[in-house]
Amino acid sequence: MSDISLPRIQHIVGSGLVACVGAWVTYVSYTQQPSEAFLFPRLIATVFFVLALWTFIKACLGWTKVGNGVSVTQLSNLAPGLLVALVYIFWAAKGLGFYTATTIAFFILLSLYDPAPHTALKSWLKRIFITACFMVVMYGLFALLLKVYTPREIFF
Amino acid sequence: MEFIYYFGDVFTPINFGLLLLGTIGGLILGATPGLSPTMAVALLIPFTFQLEAAQGLILLGAAYTSTVAGGAVSAILLKIPGAPANIATTLDGHAMAQKGEGAKALQLSFLSSAVGGVFGVLLLIFLTPVLAKWALAFGPSHLFWLAILGVTVIGTLDSKSVVKGLLSGCIGLWLATIGFDDIMGAQRFIFHPSLGGGINIIAALIGLFAIPQVITMFARGRRDDGAEVIEVQKHPIRGAFAEMMRNKRAVGIGTAVGSIIGLIPGVGGQIAGLVAYDQSKKFSPDRDKFGTGHPEGLIAAESANNAMVGPSLVPLLTLSIPGSPTAAVLLGGLLIHGIFPGTDLFDNHPDVAWTFINSMLIGQILMCIFGLYVAGLAAKVARVPQSVMAAIVLGLAVFGSYSVQSSMGDVYVMASLGVMMYFLERFGFSAAPLVLGLILGPIAESNFIQGSMIASATDGLAPYFLSGTLNIFLIAVVVASVLYSAYMELRTRRYTSMEEIIG
Repeated sequence: MSDISLPRIQHIVGSGLVACVGAWVTYVSYTQQPSEAFLFPRLIATVFFVLALWTFIKACLGWTKVGNGVSVTQLSNLAPGLLVALVYIFWAAKGLGFYTATTIAFFILLSLYDPAPHTALKSWLKRIFITACFMVVMYGLFALLLKVYTPREIFF
Repeated sequence: MEFIYYFGDVFTPINFGLLLLGTIGGLILGATPGLSPTMAVALLIPFTFQLEAAQGLILLGAAYTSTVAGGAVSAILLKIPGAPANIATTLDGHAMAQKGEGAKALQLSFLSSAVGGVFGVLLLIFLTPVLAKWALAFGPSHLFWLAILGVTVIGTLDSKSVVKGLLSGCIGLWLATIGFDDIMGAQRFIFHPSLGGGINIIAALIGLFAIPQVITMFARGRRDDGAEVIEVQKHPIRGAFAEMMRNKRAVGIGTAVGSIIGLIPGVGGQIAGLVAYDQSKKFSPDRDKFGTGHPEGLIAAESANNAMVGPSLVPLLTLSIPGSPTAAVLLGGLLIHGIFPGTDLFDNHPDVAWTFINSMLIGQILMCIFGLYVAGLAAKVARVPQSVMAAIVLGLAVFGSYSVQSSMGDVYVMASLGVMMYFLERFGFSAAPLVLGLILGPIAESNFIQGSMIASATDGLAPYFLSGTLNIFLIAVVVASVLYSAYMELRTRRYTSMEEIIG
């Protein structure tokens, strides 16, 4: 296993997961009732499973030519942003209210990925200003212009 | 000549205002690296709900046209193509800017985009009604094969791997079956309450096109891209016109190549620009100057990538087969207003169809006029840092997908599909065939079921779906596209990557 590269392992895991989904879709399509409702899904699932299995076998044999996977650097770069985004979407947006959650998430993401130094007061003021401008535009667009009633639980 | 009758509708205050907004906004969005035309149009769809169908399409169409042209601004001044369609533009455009001819390069880029774009829309005007009438002859089996053809062609021609392209299409077709079955009312693959009503197409489009881009920006980390905007010096517009007249061959090659490639579903502006550049180089006596800041290469590439915009909508508006990923998003914009492409569009909603198409014609001219004057400003606005852009796109994606049905379920679906698509793309899968599968899945299924019912009362399933001239022709095209792509994949890596171009 020591000579297997990280992208190859990732390809095996990734295509394995896709093959598992393909197998599950195929199983459900052929076993669920009423069978007439699954006529088209059966057709799709069969092709899906065959192609997914072929991709998985190719990945296992190291024949995959397309796709570089995710490097460790990329993964460590994206992890904090992705975590903030997922917490924002799956909890904070509903729990704190859309505008509050978006303000917090926007500011955190800006602070995480802004190349300007974290020690300079000027860059913090700039981030606060950009966040405020963005939220004014979003509120104007969605609350006032489009009249979208978003979950609001605190502050708004 | 029905289109002339609806020409006045483009100039109503609201319609013309939306056209201006879409054009100017599209130029700035297009000039912003990281915001592709497809993603820009997908993020705009939620803003069209409260508009009438024609108004919504005018906004989306104008944004589509001008984001493709606007992508040239960052390609020329920053050496970062605003969209894949502008990759070939970087080759000579940026070299011209470095030589102090930035303004001339921008003027040539917008003028050639306008020439190519107008020709492309004229093709759309004259080909669409003919093909729409032809589509009347299509029965359920033909429509089923057409839907499969749409997924297959984009899956094979738009992807770097034929198998992964087809697999992406299958995933899209499967996702389209989630929810309640239309005929039996049975639950299918509902493993979370958010999926009870099926996958909302707009939320899915936003997730599949916007979220992977956001995560890609995260993956670059805290770094300054370091691209410097080259200052634009003044250049007389008459000089650019004269240069265009001297390069009629490049305009002709670019326009012809772009129009032909646009008509083929799945082959996008990136290929149009690169093929036109290559052909122009082959036929030029100054081929040695290509790549050193030669206007001919720039003109060919830009006239081609805008000439493909109009023809890419021909298969969409007549046969429901989007010619490009952006056209697939436009199809989503049509469907949310309850309008189906083909004869329904031209017989029952001619005002919508022709106002939209006419607006694209006017949009090309507006794009040229505004492009010439706001390019310098757009380049400055386009220097939005990645950190700001990622946060803005994420915020817009969340609000946009929620506003579709005021449902958190749609936001969850958007985010889940987006994260899934990011990782799938890293493993060589492609969003375009997946989206096509999702959009064309219901069309394929309803015609498959309808065809199965007819078949059970007549000859049986196999003879109904596999015989008849049109069925055999469509199946042959499906098989040919798969075999051709497989052959090309084995022979060579067909696409020039952005990294190879911009170093």
